[in-house]
Amino acid sequence: MKTEHADVYQYLRHEKKFPLIWCPGCGNGIIMGSMIRAVDALGMAKDKTSIVSGIGCSGRVSTYMDFNTLHTTHGRALAFATGLKFARPELAVIVAMGDGDALAIGGNHFIHAARRNIDLTAIIFNNSIYGMTGGQISPTTPLGSIASTARMGNIENPFDVPKLAEAAGAAFVARGSTYHVDELDELMARAISKKGFSVLEVITPCPTIYGRNNRLGNGVSMLKQQRDSLVSMHDVQSMSPEELRGKTVLGVLADLDKPEYCEEYEKLMERAQKA
Amino acid sequence: MEAKLLMGNEACAEGALAAGVRFYGGYPITPSNEIGEILSSRLPAVGGRFIQMEDEIGSMAAIIGASIAGLKAMTATSGPGFSLMQENLGFAAIAEVPCVVVNVMRAGPSTGMPTLPAQGDVMQARWGTHGDHPSIVLCPSSVREVFDLTVTAVNFSEKYRMPVILLMDEVIGHLREKVTLPQPESIQVVERPRPDCPPEWYKPFEDTKTGVPSMAAFGDGYRYHITGLTHDSMGFPTTKKDEVESLIQRLFRKIRQGFEEIMLYETFLMEDATAAIVAYGCTARSAKSAVLMLRKEGMKVGLLKLSTLWPFPRVAVESLPEQVQELVVPEMNMGQLYREVVRVGHGRFRVKKVSRIDGELITPQEIIYGLKRRERK
Repeated sequence: MKTEHADVYQYLRHEKKFPLIWCPGCGNGIIMGSMIRAVDALGMAKDKTSIVSGIGCSGRVSTYMDFNTLHTTHGRALAFATGLKFARPELAVIVAMGDGDALAIGGNHFIHAARRNIDLTAIIFNNSIYGMTGGQISPTTPLGSIASTARMGNIENPFDVPKLAEAAGAAFVARGSTYHVDELDELMARAISKKGFSVLEVITPCPTIYGRNNRLGNGVSMLKQQRDSLVSMHDVQSMSPEELRGKTVLGVLADLDKPEYCEEYEKLMERAQKA
Repeated sequence: MEAKLLMGNEACAEGALAAGVRFYGGYPITPSNEIGEILSSRLPAVGGRFIQMEDEIGSMAAIIGASIAGLKAMTATSGPGFSLMQENLGFAAIAEVPCVVVNVMRAGPSTGMPTLPAQGDVMQARWGTHGDHPSIVLCPSSVREVFDLTVTAVNFSEKYRMPVILLMDEVIGHLREKVTLPQPESIQVVERPRPDCPPEWYKPFEDTKTGVPSMAAFGDGYRYHITGLTHDSMGFPTTKKDEVESLIQRLFRKIRQGFEEIMLYETFLMEDATAAIVAYGCTARSAKSAVLMLRKEGMKVGLLKLSTLWPFPRVAVESLPEQVQELVVPEMNMGQLYREVVRVGHGRFRVKKVSRIDGELITPQEIIYGLKRRERK
């Protein structure tokens, strides 16, 4: 996908809300850039697009982007977005959440939005930690990682986000990273244009909190670690099952055709109005 | 309209439809279920939308989202669900999103007695969500009043851009009465103020003469930001003292300007009364019987029936006739509104309470006994 020519500035509230609050080396800005490039590439109208976010570092994306933006309560972004989308299906609704936001406090809304298969795009900014509150373990913190509530190493198992999303009923599931940016732009556009509930997990570095606690270096070295530990979707085909064992794979992990909630409700309305 | 036999919860659903509610998000809970069940089939027939959410947290969030999309939105629940809604009720208050929450009260705390009535959520309805915020809480005591106050609740929520709580109790929710509903064309329906300026001039949280800013729906061409963070007039987060102060003050001012129409109450046989029963909800029905029984005995007793609980209609107590010396407040709780009556009475009245917290209705005899009983020193 051609991304160089996207006029990022016209989608930002650059006169009002900058500089942004994210730390140097944080990957959230890369994800926000990708969201904008995808929206631009898809030719979506700003007035007919809504960005809904939860609470935490990722929650701030809605503040910076010039759309119909809704910054909700912690964990509830998908439930707010469900009401918004269902009440006005012609709006494209993109929901930005952190890993703790979407999967801990918001876990119930996440699985039910997936089960319902309502046409929302859920983007999970997965930095493996609660960054804004100071580095507590999240549902995606790897085993053994150091956190402010796990000084001797995390003993809780992390979620496999794509597996969770697919099992819960999502129509589209993908994983990207802030290192593989071109790939991320492509996945972003596919997730947004997919009819139904789509989930895009984006692996993003938090050098200030997670990186420092786990001695992973600055933002650049954390991006290099993404390069070395993640398998790009373009390389998967050429790799043997042995080579892939234990690696985290990027790309589209599920793309299914199933009835979408708002469309099914439209049919129900027609039946109810004839009766 | 012809008279029909209607249950309180049915009248609530009818009132919602008549007031223009076109979105309902809810989660099953006794004793409020009929409201959601009826709307699940009635709403799609009128082009409206019903969704059963995964819990009451999601229900509250969904109706806020729907209201932001421009639809009049409502949910109904009972105690445990009402507790779960508190966080997002606060969101609706600070983000000024019109919506109606019906709480058909059952006996608590916690799971309590799901099928038995109580009036224990009076204070929760006022102060359940954290932080300073105004509340409008209405409480019906008959099936017809359920219909009327549901319409009023929707109207107030739209006019003042805030969540409004309709506080029913299990008795009123499940009470069946013969009622005649008003002709649809005679029902006053209020719409939220919408902007008519060009989008680039629009200030979504601007102070106005009424204190109520106009509200654009997402998708109407007025792109703006809504947040639960304390925000400036453009909707963006702020911690600047003058902007914070003026926002919170405005939230209170916008309903203070409407106190006269918001504070709903009725008096019955008060002209010559020396004592009054102050009651609301199902208890007001027993109170009316008690008044009639005491009048037969020659006692000059009247009734002050409150339909608005919050903002507490202090004017109703303050304007009681001069000769009134004694008040009795029967409630199916430990005395939640009794304390309010004492507070606004400023020592002018002897105020007694009659409490029942065992899931049984307060009878007229109990109110009479409470009124005649000498105060314990």
